[in-house]
Amino acid sequence: MLIDTKMAARVAKLARIRVDAADLPALAQEFTNILGFIEQLNEVNVEGIEPMTSVTPQRLFRREDVVNDGNQQVAVLSNAPDAREGFFAVPMVVE
Amino acid sequence: MSDLMKLTLSGARDALRAGQTTAVELTEASLAAVTASKPLNAFVHDTSEIARAQAVAADIRIQAGGAPDMCGLPIGMKDLFCTKGVTTQAASAILKGFIPEYESTVSKKLFDAGAVMVGKLNMDEFAMGSSNETSTYGNAVNPWKVDDRELAPGGSSGGSAAAVAAETCLAATGTDTGGSIRQPAAFTGITGIKPTYGRCSRWGIVAFASSLDQAGPITKDVRDSAIMLEAMCGFDPKDSTSMNMSVPNFEAALTGDVRGKTIGIPKEYRVDGMPDTLEHLWSEGTAMLRDAGAIVKDISLPHTKYALPAYYVIAPAEASSNLARYDGVRFGHRAKLAAGDGITEMYEKTRAEGFGAEVQRRVMVGTYVLSAGFYDAYYNRARRVRALIKKDFDDVFSAGVDAILTPSTPSAAFGLGEMVDADPVQMYLFDVFTVTVNLAGLPAISVPAGLDSKGLPLGLQLIGRPWEEGDLLNTAFALEKALKFNSKPNQWWL
Repeated sequence: MLIDTKMAARVAKLARIRVDAADLPALAQEFTNILGFIEQLNEVNVEGIEPMTSVTPQRLFRREDVVNDGNQQVAVLSNAPDAREGFFAVPMVVE
Repeated sequence: MSDLMKLTLSGARDALRAGQTTAVELTEASLAAVTASKPLNAFVHDTSEIARAQAVAADIRIQAGGAPDMCGLPIGMKDLFCTKGVTTQAASAILKGFIPEYESTVSKKLFDAGAVMVGKLNMDEFAMGSSNETSTYGNAVNPWKVDDRELAPGGSSGGSAAAVAAETCLAATGTDTGGSIRQPAAFTGITGIKPTYGRCSRWGIVAFASSLDQAGPITKDVRDSAIMLEAMCGFDPKDSTSMNMSVPNFEAALTGDVRGKTIGIPKEYRVDGMPDTLEHLWSEGTAMLRDAGAIVKDISLPHTKYALPAYYVIAPAEASSNLARYDGVRFGHRAKLAAGDGITEMYEKTRAEGFGAEVQRRVMVGTYVLSAGFYDAYYNRARRVRALIKKDFDDVFSAGVDAILTPSTPSAAFGLGEMVDADPVQMYLFDVFTVTVNLAGLPAISVPAGLDSKGLPLGLQLIGRPWEEGDLLNTAFALEKALKFNSKPNQWWL
């Protein structure tokens, strides 16, 4: 798969990573190389094989649906870059 | 440097029980060695105050009797483990200043067992790398040196391996997503084991690729790996993939008796360009296990070639999802915003500033393979191939193979900076013998086997059946006894 700068820009946008326009050609080339390497997978016959979801044959562990923690507002907010009045603060989202 | 740091975990444990030393003495010796090891850049966060308090508490416990094996033993902690009240950054700028309000299950288990944390250790950013060159703290340096070049300690647990090989602490925690315990252990001439997926709780370990990540110890020998792994393992209701299964006494499994065990030698692991010394060590290891009474059998794992490409779909896909949480809202770095910037600009600038180049690359590759229109062609296909890779192993195990012997890495350590201009794919190839194991969720251990033509260590890997770490450790113990590897790096950094 040849990745062009338009596709590279689209992927960067989806990943929410700002990439300068000047860096897009190099990024597109790297994607092309990595995806070229990945495309070896097309040689494998995977007919009738289910995609693996878990390496261990166990059902995921489930706990009882009860409240077992809480009242941790200070701890939860302690690492926030911007916390005000008990909330995480972000730029305006809704006008 | 104090001779105390030459001890193994088991040696130090026994010396503590015999009253020949104290946890305080061991800890002071370790902290002095840590300070003297600055040129290796293995330790990135000072926890000496915590260590000293833990050592005092450990001595009281040892005197009272019945203390666990790890009690009073100084270890290093990979920066990927959240440690309450201690900066934890996963070697990333995006987590600058992050101080967890909670303790990871594995570090808690070690602390409950009395282990002493002498510092947090360098690593590749978010555990993405094979050389420790993607760290925001700068490169960790391999204690091994044969010319004027500084060598990579491997990665991602490069700081852990460098710290233990340099004898600054007795052992260290590591994590392994595609080889991040075994490859650095091999590059530094020491031992490291990745247990079966689900053995160690992932809770509180900064996530990279959740279906592949496992914690494990990096130690000086196999016995130490058995002791420390046992302290790290166990069911944890906080990790839904943790296995509810009792943890055996791994050290008790070390009899060295491998008579009647079947060892598989996979033909697909013989790759072009493999150094002669490595090929020779592999044959020698095979002969040693045969001499010890094991049955050696040639086997085939036909999908081996596809493990790396499958890994480089699955791991980035999971990483792109896991790393979505770094958005500058709840923790870590937030970019300075310009007038008029909204929330999207905040996300995009924060992630561009906070993530290094390799992390950005993998997050974007992951985003691409999961995006509409490509999900089936890449992600689902890779998961199907993963099922076939696991089936390769299931087939040889059901045909009676107990363990598989392979090289740990295709070559010895390379120089720092030597791979900088290479295509990223070239760096990925260092994981060719280790990634299969993560994809199949199996336990595997790397033991130091010998030196290459330049005098640098090479490792051999043993891969075991799921949940049979005890048996695997015993086979590794027998191999270690036969190999008699006892070389150590010159302490050039002192």
